[in-house]
Amino acid sequence: MTTAHPPLPADAYGPDALIMKGVDGLNWRLKDYEARGGYRALRKVIAEKMTPDALIAEVKKSALRGRGGAGFPTGLKWSFMPREFPGQKYIVCNSDEGEPGTFKDRDILRYNPHSVIEGMVLAGYATGTTVGYNYIHGEIWDVYQRFEEAIEEARAAGYLGSNILGSGVAFELHAHHGWGAYICGEETALLESLEGKKGLPRFKPPFPASYGLYGKPTTINNTETFAAVPWIVANGAERYLELGRPNNGGTKIFSVSGHVERPGNYEVRLGTPFAKLLAMAGGVRAGRTLKAVIPGGSSMPVLPGEAMMRTDMDYDSIAKAGSMLGSGAVIVMDDSTCMVKALERLSYFYFEESCGQCTPCREGTGWLYRMVHRIETGHGRPEDLDVLVNVADNILGRTICALGDAAALPVKSFIAHFREEFAYHIEHKRCLVSIPGGYATVPGVPLGEAA
Amino acid sequence: MLSREALDKVDRALTKYPPDQKQSAVLAALVIAQEEKGHLSTEVMDFVAHYLGMPPVAVYEVATFYTMFDCTPAGANKLCVCTNLPCALRGSVAALEHLKQRLGVELNETTPDGKFTLREGECFGACGDAPVMLHNNKRMLSFMTPDRIDQLLAELSK
Repeated sequence: MTTAHPPLPADAYGPDALIMKGVDGLNWRLKDYEARGGYRALRKVIAEKMTPDALIAEVKKSALRGRGGAGFPTGLKWSFMPREFPGQKYIVCNSDEGEPGTFKDRDILRYNPHSVIEGMVLAGYATGTTVGYNYIHGEIWDVYQRFEEAIEEARAAGYLGSNILGSGVAFELHAHHGWGAYICGEETALLESLEGKKGLPRFKPPFPASYGLYGKPTTINNTETFAAVPWIVANGAERYLELGRPNNGGTKIFSVSGHVERPGNYEVRLGTPFAKLLAMAGGVRAGRTLKAVIPGGSSMPVLPGEAMMRTDMDYDSIAKAGSMLGSGAVIVMDDSTCMVKALERLSYFYFEESCGQCTPCREGTGWLYRMVHRIETGHGRPEDLDVLVNVADNILGRTICALGDAAALPVKSFIAHFREEFAYHIEHKRCLVSIPGGYATVPGVPLGEAA
Repeated sequence: MLSREALDKVDRALTKYPPDQKQSAVLAALVIAQEEKGHLSTEVMDFVAHYLGMPPVAVYEVATFYTMFDCTPAGANKLCVCTNLPCALRGSVAALEHLKQRLGVELNETTPDGKFTLREGECFGACGDAPVMLHNNKRMLSFMTPDRIDQLLAELSK
């Protein structure tokens, strides 16, 4: 129960890791990062007096896409920052990692924090920005403290401050923490929170590049996105792109959770078959078979196991299979899982976390949860499945932010792929899954009567 | 209202933000205040509002929006169990039941001796360590099987 632990095994994150290469869980300090080639990219940019445009072009060429969920091209996002803006601009790192199933940013920040710092300094250089904030999930307090220590190290070594490595380039970085609100992972809610308010998402447009933190131009990227930038700059965009697939450059850290032998983070080349990723996580837990996978965090559509076994892990392949790569959180469910119960828990989450600003989401998430709950507890009605889909459709696309869609998509996909389980619950008032020890109501016991 | 030491911490947080954006330090200030006072009473929130130059209602809004703030007293040890799907697939429901039984309380209740409060949490972002719990907001507890929960309770009951 202490935070002290032995070093991780060599190649703990997989043989193709770039961001986590050589990371053993203990070597997080500046000297270790430098020994792994860290801050080489920043030194190169400064020594070669690389122009901001050239740096953005390099990131564009790498086909690096946002690792937080949306998959937006990073170089393109950076190019939206107004170059000649007369006031302060901001770089913000979104480390408010709370999407169920996602736990990669925690590992990057605690085991390789300087990769994020270097990536943020490079983003500042590329966009002519001199101040950055890293907004860190409040639930990982020790990681927040470590990041503050890493900032101090970088500042003392001249990688941060008003005159970086004596070049005249300036970039100051601060860590900021949340305190328990999923919605603050949404970029404009995060900005509101950083301004000291409730995390209520803002209308877009205007986008953060024109109206962001304190109303000033702001670029927000995910932790893993920033952490990938130093490698790209140091080793070349071509090499990064070649590691993945066209339009899907480089590697991605997948957080594999649920019914596998070795839950954890695995960094693989984009385009790696799902079957290979599953094998890295030790496969489905002993004696069970794969039933379903949510490939990109709880907000993305679920896919049946067979469909996943034919799919490769990159943005375009997963989209073709009918879901989204999202944050790279792979939630694996075996045949002992009741899909009604699983959806009930996810629907409760979105009901609990809706900020309440938009009526379709505030009211709709409650409807969704209460209806799935009544099906799960043996009070479902035959018409419920159609009503559920109807409510989900009336949330989709009708809210300020993506939380509404995030609540609706699981409902629609769970019912689309596993309709017979829901129908069985409604008709027989019992669970179709009869494997003890799984995530399902006790086999053979009428719904609503189990402890 | 807050000790000099606590105010020094708030002042350090304030250095991160532009001088005209003191409100940005409100989360940090409330965390520091909650840690010193145990919970955020109206008086404490009013003090923070005055210190940061915010309307009191803006501080109440923040304190009630973010789930790890306690506006009413909690037990000396607040245990928050994640029951979201990735944790649930790996035994968090059983972990929560075990805690309820050991402590003799339901969710959101405090033991009569004031030692323990039990809460349910949403994703902490540590699903690879499932089931996970938070002790007093700042300490992440990984792989909380019933026997590890027993160890924890023994440690906290000393």
